[in-house]
Parts: sequence; structure tokens; C-alpha cells
Amino acid sequence: MTDLRKELQTNLAKWCATHIEPHMEHDDEEARFRMEIFQGLGEQGYAGITQPEEFGGAGLSFQDYVACLDTIAQYSVAYAVTVSVSSMVQSILKDYGNAEQKKKYLPALTAGTEIGAFALSESHSGSDAASMKCTAKATAHGYVLNGTKMWITSAGVAKTYIVMARTGAEGAKGVSAFIVRDGTPGFTYGKAEKKMGWKASPTRELVFENCLIPKENLLLTEGEGFKVAMGGLDRGRIAIGAIGVGCAQRALDEATRYALGRVQFKQPIFEFQGLQFMLSDMALEVEASRLLVQEAARLVDIGQSSVKLSSMAKLKATDTAMKVTTDAVQIHGGVGYTSEYPVERFMRDAKVLQIVEGTNQIQRMVIARQLKKEYAP
Amino acid sequence: MWFFTSEERELQKTCRDFARAEIAPMAEKLDTEEKFNLKAFKGMGDLGVLGITADPEYGGAGLGATAATIVMEEFGKADPGTTLSYLAHSILCVNNIDKNASEEHKAKYLPKLISGEHIGCMGMSEPGFGSDAVGMQTKAVKTGDHYIINGSKMWITNGNMADVTYLYTRTGAGKKDLTTFIVEKTAPGFSVSKEIHKMGMRTSPTAELAFQNCKVPLSARVGAEGDSVVHMMKNLELERITIAGISLGIAQACVDQCVKYAGERKQFGKNLAHFQMIQKMIAEMATETETMRRLLYTVCYEYDHGHKSNQLASMVKLQLPKMATKIALDAIQLHGGYGYSREFPLERLMRDNKLMEIGAGTNEVMIMIIAKNLLQDALKD
Repeated sequence: MTDLRKELQTNLAKWCATHIEPHMEHDDEEARFRMEIFQGLGEQGYAGITQPEEFGGAGLSFQDYVACLDTIAQYSVAYAVTVSVSSMVQSILKDYGNAEQKKKYLPALTAGTEIGAFALSESHSGSDAASMKCTAKATAHGYVLNGTKMWITSAGVAKTYIVMARTGAEGAKGVSAFIVRDGTPGFTYGKAEKKMGWKASPTRELVFENCLIPKENLLLTEGEGFKVAMGGLDRGRIAIGAIGVGCAQRALDEATRYALGRVQFKQPIFEFQGLQFMLSDMALEVEASRLLVQEAARLVDIGQSSVKLSSMAKLKATDTAMKVTTDAVQIHGGVGYTSEYPVERFMRDAKVLQIVEGTNQIQRMVIARQLKKEYAP
Repeated sequence: MWFFTSEERELQKTCRDFARAEIAPMAEKLDTEEKFNLKAFKGMGDLGVLGITADPEYGGAGLGATAATIVMEEFGKADPGTTLSYLAHSILCVNNIDKNASEEHKAKYLPKLISGEHIGCMGMSEPGFGSDAVGMQTKAVKTGDHYIINGSKMWITNGNMADVTYLYTRTGAGKKDLTTFIVEKTAPGFSVSKEIHKMGMRTSPTAELAFQNCKVPLSARVGAEGDSVVHMMKNLELERITIAGISLGIAQACVDQCVKYAGERKQFGKNLAHFQMIQKMIAEMATETETMRRLLYTVCYEYDHGHKSNQLASMVKLQLPKMATKIALDAIQLHGGYGYSREFPLERLMRDNKLMEIGAGTNEVMIMIIAKNLLQDALKD
């Protein structure tokens, strides 16, 4: 690891410990998101880590970025997710936006004064994204959007939305990508989802009722929506993997410290071999996951991004997060089950990491497909 | 199960109907609000299950482990939190009084506890003594015609609302110098020091109880000084078996919901039931649930027929909660985003079940007990 990355993580950890940690127990219970925290991360330079400096980004590598997500997730999975989704929107704008779109939308996102959100899923189209129903009809004045989008992270607090909608025939080729701004007439938010975890990160429905957006808000050309949606897929998966690693790391830290301090039967429970085995396995899984995530990220940085390794990184790291957080609660016993200790929150947060950015079942399908490609005669 | 008596079958149906009508509809709302379903609790009194194992002379149903576990399973499907409070009341408090206390105690406390007029709890764990419960430090000192109790009890299910606490205390320096009391909430020096906020089982209130020079009459003592360990041991198996019934209910509720969803949810042009990965998840969770059911009710049957086994009860308490957490996590996974939301009961069932691996003896304590039983000869060396 480079010195720069270490320094980046140390400073970020300090900032998160001061500005995020004290709020999390309360904000989780109240399902409260704080814009000032996100803006604070922006001021520290963590909202647009990989974006070029000309658009206000930090110009750092993808490996630096996932290391930062790992760190933020050790304090709050919810804010790490907010940063990752907003960063993904920036990457989409940078990769597929025209000069004007970049100039118009990127600076506020890289600075962290605004949040970006990404809208693909619908109530009946989750894993099967190509079956979406939301439509965009071309008219003389622009595109008219109708339909709803579900499970949208940062909905309501984000200003810039990348929305996938159908402009043509059924299937993936009839889908286009649009930039939609908060406040556009005909664009409203549905109910806030009540979730098991990730509570500080708002999730809502987007509702489009004859929502007219200007023609220039189309990304690329009509029918290229899936290219936009899938273009950042590998990176999105690695990012969720990195968040899983941070989530698991925190659970491991908490469990180890607790096991060393808690005395039962006249000795620290750490001295029981049963607990030593649990903790050793947890530490092993966390390190293995982190190395896999970092390797997948390194391949992105050298331009050899691997579909298989990205899926594996997401799958391994998030399954690890679930397992390690569950064991951490177990090691804490009764107090681990209460909100006085953070481990139960991390356990609730971990579960959704196995679901988003392609469920872990979908990841297994992707890996199998790649295996078939590699091995089929 | 094929060996259920007609009475047990009738009980199963009655409890299932009651749970659907009175418990399930309130579960999501009360979980969010962290509130107890008092109406359902009173209804359980009318149903006659609050003293499921207790002497009919005092209003009890006089039934065994099988019957009590059937209630746990049926209520557990609807709301594990409400069921946990039911268990703390009927098994940890009422059954202990019924099996250990004097006729005077029974006549005084059981009728109101069994009708649902009063709520009961049990006080064993302390902040520093969880798995190592016998190390407890809450002290009771005999002073003239009463005892003075000092200390605190942690993780007390129903603690904040209980009229009656079945309490374990220390009355001497020896490891087994533990004495049991029945303490009423009006006893001077007794208070609820803290309500505890939890990840799950949120419809079941948990509290810390404080005893500050708490004065109780000599007549509050159950049995003689030093009898607690005998009291604890008498009902240990029953407590482990019946609590596992909640995990069985949770697992079954997850399987039922997954089967339903696999037939409703369409992706890639067909319902989820057609995907082999989904079939695998459902087939495995159903197999695990059926394994759990057979193990649990067989152990109940043996218990009711005079074959108590500490080893089997500990195995049940280890295996069922562990499997149910896995099943509930898979059930969420199968439902994707919906499973993570509160629109479906799965995330609640998962949060609730995690406690089953911790309360009434953690998985790790069960492992210690099972290993000790198996290795007792080898350990002497």
C-alpha cells in the first residue's frame, strides 16, 4: 500500500470518528440522514476521489477510492454507500456525458455540495433489469417520463439522478439513460422505505408523471441506456465489496476488543479456544476479502478490469460481512444484541450488501458464465 | 407430528387461529414502536395457555413440554417477540413457581398470573454474569423477619412491567449458596433501572432491575436457603426445549413466505420457482426446518414420557436457533430488496431469531455443556 493511501485512510478515519461515529446510534434509530456529514466528506476531498482535477475531483486511483470506502464503512455503511452511489453517477457522467453535461453537473458532485443518485430498479424489475416499464417519450419539447423507480438510494436528498427509461422496444436495447434534476415538474418522491438496516441512507421511490426533461439530458444516444448502466458495473461491484470489507473489519475490531475485556468464569472470554477459533476465522475472512477487493481494483487501475474477479470480490466480501458481523454479535452475547454496542447495526447493514449491485445469486450466475467462457471448448 | 394427542392437535389449531387473529396483525407496528402486545397477552389468559404446564388446581392447563412447544411454534410464526414475553411469563416465572414454590405461594400468585391479570418475569443474569450465571452477585441478607436484597439483574424479559419477579440471589460465599425469592413490584427498594433497546424481539420489553436495600418478608423465600441451583436444574431442559420452539416457528414462517413468493414474483419472464438456485434455497430451508421439527418434538415427547436429557435439550437449543438464523437470512436473500424492507416480516424474523442464539444460554455455552457431557471421562485425566 502506498504512503499516500495510508495517509488518506488515517485522516479519513480521524474525521469519521469525530464527525460520523457520535451520531450513528441515534441516526440509525431515527432513520436520519445528515447532509452536513456528506458535505463534510466533500470538503475533505472524499466525494469525488477518482474524478479528474479539472472537474474538481481528487484525481486519485480506483484503489485509493475503495480503500476510502473501506474506511468510511468502518464508521457508517450508510454514508459509505451514499459516497459510492454519488461517485458512480460521476463516473457515468465522465464516461458517457458530453462536454456540456460534464461541465454542468460534475463540479457540484465532486465537491460534495450535491449528491448523485442512480435509478434502474422498478417494483417488478429487480434482478431482471431489462424488463423495466418506465417510459421516456420523445416530443418536440423534450422527453416525457412516466413510471416509477424503486429502491433508489439517496432519493430525496440527491439533486442529480441518472434515470433509465424505455424509449424503444422491449428488452435491453430499448432503454435509454437520462439526467433528471430534483425539482423538475412531474418528478416526485414516493414513500420512504422502512428498512432493516442502512437506515441513515434514505431509500425512496421516484415517481414520474408526465415529467418533461430537455432533450440535452439524454446520455449518449437513444437505446444506449444499458451500456451506461452496465459500464460502471464492475466498479460498482468492487465498491460494494470494499464497503463489505469495512463493515466486517469494524465487527472484527469490536468483537476482539470485547473478547479481551469481558470476563466470565474468571478469565477473559478471549482465552476460550472456541472464541479464538471464531475470531481467527473472522480475521482470515476479512483479510482475504480485502485482498480480493484490492486486486480487483488494481485491475481496474491498469485497464484490465475483470468481470469475474469483480463479481467474486463483491460476493466474497459481502458474504464475509454477513458472517463476521453475525459472529461479532454472537461474541458480544446479550449486549451485542442491544443498540448500545454498534455490532448489531453493522449486522443489519451487512445484509443488504448481499442484495444490492446484483444479488449474490446473480454474482454466482455471472461467475459461472465467465467460467463457461473460459473453459468451453 | 404423528404422535400428538388429540388435545395437542386441538391446542395447535386454537393457537394458530389466535396467532393469526390477535398477534400477527400487530407485529410490524409494535416492532417499529417497541411496544408490547398487552391485548394479545390478556387474550392468552382467556385462551388458557398462560399456565400451560401449571397445576389445574390453580388455573393451569397441566400440560407438558410438547404442548408448551406447540404454543411457542404457533405464536412464534406470528411474532417471536410476543412469544418470548409469553415464554418468560409462562415458563420462566409461572412454571418455576408451580414446580418449586409452596402451596401458599401458588395460591397467592398463580391464579392471577394464569388469568393474565398479572405479568411475571424471572431474574437470573447480571451485568457481569451472563454465561457465568452461577457467579451472580445480587445479595440477599437475612435481617430479623425479612431479607434485604442488593444488586442488579440484567436482560430481564418483561422486567419493566412484571408484577412478580422470580428472583435468584446470593446468600453465601460458596458457589452454590444461591437462594430464590418471589418479589412483588411493590416491594420497597425495588425499581426498574433501565429499559434496554434491542436489535430484535422489540415487542418483548427487556429491562435492568435494581434492588437497593429491597426489603422482602421471609415468606417471599422459595424453599430453603441454598435451594436455587436445585430449582434451576429442575426446569432447565424444559426451558431450553420450549424456547427452541420459537426458532421452529420462525423457520416455518420463513419457508411458508418463500414458497408463496416464489410463485408470485416474476423475473426474466417467469416466476422465481423456475430457477434452480431458488429451488435449492427453498428445498434446503424446508429440509432443515423439517429436521428441526422432528428433533424438537421427539425430544419433547421423550421429556413428557419421563426421559429428561440435559444433553438433548442442549443440542436442541444449539441447533434450532442456529439453523433458523441461516434460514431467515436466506429467506431475506430470496426476497431481494423486498426481504430487506419492512413490508415483509422476514427482516423482523431474522432480527428476532438472532436473540435465540444468545438468550437462555448462548450457542457457545451449549457447546461447552454438550462437550462436557460427551468428554466427562476424558476431562478427568
